[in-house]
Amino acid sequence: MKRLAEAPSPCPPPSSLPPPVSPAVIETLAVDVRGLVKSYSGAEIVRGIDLAIRHGEVFALLGPNGAGKTTTVEILEGYRTRDQGEVSVLGVDPGRQRAMLKSRIGIVLQSPGVDRYLTVRETIAMYATFYPHPRSVDEVIDLVGLEEKRSARVLKLSGGQQRRLDVAIALVGNPELLFLDEPTTGFDPSARHEAWEVIKNLASLGMTVLLTTHYMDEAQFLADRVAVIVAGRIVAEGPPATLGERNLANARIRYRPPSGATPPGGLFAPPGLDGFTEITPGDVVHALHQLTGWAIDHRVCLDELEVTRLSLEDIYLSLTATQSGDSSSQSAPTGTRNGGGA
Amino acid sequence: MNAAALTLSQMRYVNKAYWRNPASAFFAFVYPLMFLVIFTSLFRNSTVRFGAKSVNEATYYVPAMAALAVITVCFNNIAVAITFQRDAGVLKRINGTPLSSTSFFGARILHAVFLSVLLVIITAAFGHAFYSAHIPTGATLARMLVVLAVGAAAFCALGFAISSVIPNADASLPIVNAVILPLLFLSGIFIPLGNNPPEWMVWVGRVFPIKHFLNGMQASFLGAPFHWTDVLVIAAWGVAGLLFAIRFFRWEPRTG
Repeated sequence: MKRLAEAPSPCPPPSSLPPPVSPAVIETLAVDVRGLVKSYSGAEIVRGIDLAIRHGEVFALLGPNGAGKTTTVEILEGYRTRDQGEVSVLGVDPGRQRAMLKSRIGIVLQSPGVDRYLTVRETIAMYATFYPHPRSVDEVIDLVGLEEKRSARVLKLSGGQQRRLDVAIALVGNPELLFLDEPTTGFDPSARHEAWEVIKNLASLGMTVLLTTHYMDEAQFLADRVAVIVAGRIVAEGPPATLGERNLANARIRYRPPSGATPPGGLFAPPGLDGFTEITPGDVVHALHQLTGWAIDHRVCLDELEVTRLSLEDIYLSLTATQSGDSSSQSAPTGTRNGGGA
Repeated sequence: MNAAALTLSQMRYVNKAYWRNPASAFFAFVYPLMFLVIFTSLFRNSTVRFGAKSVNEATYYVPAMAALAVITVCFNNIAVAITFQRDAGVLKRINGTPLSSTSFFGARILHAVFLSVLLVIITAAFGHAFYSAHIPTGATLARMLVVLAVGAAAFCALGFAISSVIPNADASLPIVNAVILPLLFLSGIFIPLGNNPPEWMVWVGRVFPIKHFLNGMQASFLGAPFHWTDVLVIAAWGVAGLLFAIRFFRWEPRTG
């Protein structure tokens, strides 16, 4: 990308630093992971991960398949042992004190697993009996929007409804922390948006949520903070708006160069294969003003002029492309480049 | 809820789900009666030498089919249901909740014992109505109930045990049948062994629990002598199966 020299600007760039964390807050982290390592048959799947998730936060682990998201989450849930590192979930070590943890967390696994012959209400009521302080079954049904399917057997539910049942089961124990492993993978767009609304609801109840996803728009819509994980390592972390210093990256100006006239020096670059000139000026407001001023003065058109910023997906692809071979096949569906739902 | 109440409540859900899969329930209940009718029709009017006595074929098959029903609903059903639930992710999910494995296993075992009692009652009633089978009473009935409870629980434990070595749900039926069918034949469930079976067959019967279970049922229904050693051997298999299951039980599908 071409870059112009910095010009003085009235708009200072927004800060990329996260708000300072006081020592008192660190003590009450919902999830605290340091130097987590896990190997399967000699291959290191998780290679030194650190995570700090605050209470009430919605945190997304974003990464391609096989990056180690599920392995990491299943270590936190207590399903897997770890090889190295310190893990504290709600102040408890899931490797050693799993029984203490089980009643305080809710888990939505990647694949649904529910007896098919019970009804929605029976299923949720059954899981409620496992927990010391369950929520009301009907309240949970309302929360996930399954009121009309209350008496339907599980095998009659659609994929999206089944996922909502999964969430309901995870919620009925009244957990302090909810794990959602790829909550919308394989959904059609409307089912995804339904699921997002449900998760947004939970976050507004003050629940801490750790979700994994390989959809950029999902992370952007749902998460307060995102960590991008590639090949077992976290390569970037921060709020979706500033991830990978996206907010600091300069905006791009694209246009089709007019025939017969060439814009002045810093505002022009030879067009690329698509016929567009693309420049990344230090001060986009200033450059745009100059460019459009020049066009009006010279009575030429700047066809298909646009100003764009790096999308979360651009950042994600640039972060994953260099480090993982299969990221392209796992990227978001088309049409979500700019974080559709946000 | 305490553990006992939770186990009972869990058993009610297992029971609900069980009856809502009509195919599975239908076969569990029709299978033994169907065999009873087939065998008695095949061998009608003939007698079986049973120790010093001769027993009518129809009468012989009542305790045998009751035993078959119990083994099917405990061993086969549990092994297959558990592998399917494991592949479907049901077990993994349960394992992520505070439900204790004691309550989980206990509910399944209680339910299978409950079905076993139902099946034995139905088989005995059917045998009594159509083949004038003898219905045990008093002390004989009490002993039969002990054999039934110990046998059903033991075959459940063995069902859990074998489910931990079955790789996936598709393999569950073939493996279960490969294990159980030869033993059913060699233990005299389908065809009476008579008084002079080959020595190795006698040993198969002595070692494995099925013949002992059949002995216990026959003692009650046919008036044969009752041996507590039969119950002990069955119980020993049950304990061994339970220990194996506790050590090797898998809550998650095998990957890769």
